[in-house]
Amino acid sequence: MKRRSLAAIAPYLWLLAFFLFPFLLVAKLSLSDQALAMPPYAPRLDLAAGVAGIASFLKALDLETYLRLASDRLYLVSYLSSLKFAAVGTVILLLIGYPMAYGMSRFPPAGRQALLMAVILPFWTSFLIRIYAWVAILKPQGLLNAALQGLGLPALSILNTETAVYLGLVYAYLPFMVLPLYAVLERQDPSLMEAAADLGASPLQAFWRVTFPISMPGVAAGALLCFIPMVGEFVIPDLLGGPGTLTLGRTLWTEFFANRDWPAASAVAIVMLVTLVAPLVFLQRRASTLAAAS
Amino acid sequence: MTSRQSLGAVRSSFAPWADPTATPLVRFEAVTKRFGAETAVKSVSLDIYEREFFALLGPSGCGKTTLMRMLAGFETPDEGRVTLEGQDLAGLPPHQRPLHMMFQSYALFPHLSVERNIAFGLQRQGLAKAEISDRVAEMLALVRLEGLARRKPDQLSGGQRQRVALARALAPRPKVLLLDEPLGALDRKLREETQFELMALQQRLGMTFLVVTHDQEEAMVMADRIAVMRAGEIVQTGPPPEVYEAPNCRYVADFIGEVNLFEGQVETADGRLVRLSSPVCPQGLEAAEDDPLPKSAAAWFAVRPEKMVLHPTPPPPGPNLMQGKVADIGYLGDWTTYVVEVAGGQTVRAARANAARVVENPVDWGDTVWLTFARDAAVVLSR
Amino acid sequence: MRPGPSLFNRIAVGLGLLFLYAPIVLLVVYSFNASKLVTVWGGFSTRWYQALLHDDQMLAAAWTTLRVGLASATVATVLGTLAAFALVRHPRFAGRTLFTGMIYAPLVLPEVILGLSLLLLFVSLGLPRGLWTVTIGHATLTLCYAAVVIQARLSSFDISLEEAAQDLGCTPTQAFLQVTLPNIAPAVAAAWMLAFTLSLDDLVVASFTSGPGATTLPMRIYSQVRLGVNPEINAVSTLLIGMVACGVIAAYVGQRRSTQRR
Repeated sequence: MKRRSLAAIAPYLWLLAFFLFPFLLVAKLSLSDQALAMPPYAPRLDLAAGVAGIASFLKALDLETYLRLASDRLYLVSYLSSLKFAAVGTVILLLIGYPMAYGMSRFPPAGRQALLMAVILPFWTSFLIRIYAWVAILKPQGLLNAALQGLGLPALSILNTETAVYLGLVYAYLPFMVLPLYAVLERQDPSLMEAAADLGASPLQAFWRVTFPISMPGVAAGALLCFIPMVGEFVIPDLLGGPGTLTLGRTLWTEFFANRDWPAASAVAIVMLVTLVAPLVFLQRRASTLAAAS
Repeated sequence: MTSRQSLGAVRSSFAPWADPTATPLVRFEAVTKRFGAETAVKSVSLDIYEREFFALLGPSGCGKTTLMRMLAGFETPDEGRVTLEGQDLAGLPPHQRPLHMMFQSYALFPHLSVERNIAFGLQRQGLAKAEISDRVAEMLALVRLEGLARRKPDQLSGGQRQRVALARALAPRPKVLLLDEPLGALDRKLREETQFELMALQQRLGMTFLVVTHDQEEAMVMADRIAVMRAGEIVQTGPPPEVYEAPNCRYVADFIGEVNLFEGQVETADGRLVRLSSPVCPQGLEAAEDDPLPKSAAAWFAVRPEKMVLHPTPPPPGPNLMQGKVADIGYLGDWTTYVVEVAGGQTVRAARANAARVVENPVDWGDTVWLTFARDAAVVLSR
Repeated sequence: MRPGPSLFNRIAVGLGLLFLYAPIVLLVVYSFNASKLVTVWGGFSTRWYQALLHDDQMLAAAWTTLRVGLASATVATVLGTLAAFALVRHPRFAGRTLFTGMIYAPLVLPEVILGLSLLLLFVSLGLPRGLWTVTIGHATLTLCYAAVVIQARLSSFDISLEEAAQDLGCTPTQAFLQVTLPNIAPAVAAAWMLAFTLSLDDLVVASFTSGPGATTLPMRIYSQVRLGVNPEINAVSTLLIGMVACGVIAAYVGQRRSTQRR
């Protein structure tokens, strides 16, 4: 029996080395200063210098980068707009995803399987390509405006606006919202609705007082599953939001690749991580209860 | 009891447990198993003899499956030891133990056909191909599944799957066959048939069977001896008639079959007769009992419903007589059960065989009736 | 009985699917457009596919992506299988909470964080960035997906099958290879497929962890897209979508056939 636990060792070590340990590096770097060198930060830990090396290394760490982040409006704006995009996007996703998942769960089993497949399939096709498809549709001389023109309607300029970002977020994350909702709705015993009707509830009342409360774990799971990655989303705001749209993901990217300010990028990552810890822990709890329920 | 008399209606000459010179095949010696803070098995000692059909009986969670899994090697005892033919099994992993198990879920390998399932254990023993196919054919014939050798488990009915699982566990000729709730997944009719099949098979092969079950009827029908378990401990071990007719405590009396328990205080107990004072019966209760009991101790008379006699008219007064109103009647076809509410609010069950099609004085709900039982129909229990 | 779908249900599902598929369909259709202008239909043509064949940079990127995908998916599936096994079969072991946290977190954590942290690791180790660092990054990301897929199958797998194998004479390792693995093989295959497509798809982690000469296809596409819509990108996208769709549908049909046989 004991030998089985050996199975965990390889993936455990891998994740410690390539997932957890790097986070510590990010945290350390966020406390370092930018430098004109390669790699572009100071101080570097000099283990050869022994205890003195470690001490001088620790002394050089400070909160300067965070103070810089706090004083620059750019970071605050991108932080708040990231949260806004993620929150509003999650609400829109719920409003679209719930009726869809509910509708799917009403189909006979064979149809349900095919629909489930149809929802999952886009998830397997490239994320980048699907966002790119929207660029072609939304751009000023794009397919949408061509269609509107054909109908004699005025052209819309959606690309490089917040609307485009929302469209992209909803489009890309819809399967993540529909799947957990569908999972709880499909499992629900149809006789519950019949029992509610039998006890005098109208279909709408039965939905609000029976189906919806029971589906709450799915709602919570779907919402978190979408909200968390959307906070750090990079590709969608970058391709659809235009240069004026600031988000944490883009700011991190710009600091890192364009400004070569690694400490700032690290600090942004840490801020993002701290923001997401609570929803992450919550999702983890949900995941285990959802798994236990199924 | 005279020598012509015996408990229950069965006479059996197979009783190695009564022979002090016989050596047991399997021994549990003060075995304890804990899961965290919970003790699943508490210092259980148990001997199982060769060719015996032994049943571990108890409600779910009583530790019976854990006890069996310690024999199979899937659990390790925390204290005590388990031996097979006198050899300590400690440290021997499951795959090296000459015992095989029929799992509750059957655990048939879904990716293998029936014949390859049966051959699985034989291949591990390293037998020659020809021998394996002979043995598989023999096993298929034994469980009457000759035509289904190439089917996959999911193409079989529940009863067929059960027989494949049986054949698979029997094929490598285990020293003891362990059966975990072997009939649990079958419907009632099939279960009854299969009980007798299992018994016939065990007789024919001359093998030792250890079965775990929560179904008292199953254990009663099949087993040579039953060990009744409760909360990790064995409460009573004995042949079915003994366990049924001479339970050693209220738990066993109640768990196996139905029983009426009359509580009272000992008035006299002279080594032949016990008299209890009890609110249900003004003239007191009397039962034949060899062991003397201390005066005014609490004691219980356990009387099976079929040993209660129901009178539509009052019989002559005497001990073991109670009067009551019929609260419920359950007509089962072969039997009718009457639930009678007697003095003190206790309900007493009396069962009558429906020996005749037409009944002279039928009893109705609410009728006043009288119940009696014979002195030797009651078992005196002190715990 | 479950009531059938109402008109409202049908409309909700229909519109949802239309929303999901319309952009993809338009993209595929316009990859066969003879005109260079995205909005004008200039007749059917495969010229953009021919152009792809002569785009050496694109071909090199595709080759890089393919190698990274194959290697990282294989590593991820092996590690993911082991991780799933530990998660399902070991309710308690030292550090289990941390372990499950590390398995689930990468599923939702923004990829920019993972990418940045991996890059810092490679820099501090002095590892030259290239094909292998991208592979490690993708394996880390996708091993979690693989673990979750296999875990779902394993937890519905009857453990008494493994015990039965041991009871009949298999060592634990033999029991795993002879009984467990054949039965969870479809899930392992699905996990590999998922890991492979995720690797094929990833832009963010690859951008952080790759170095000169290891440009992956998504990185190449991204740099082209930033310059504007380009019919050649439509063509390469269509190829990618077609490839993945075929794989997924084949897996689905295969699975259905195997369940129908039961």
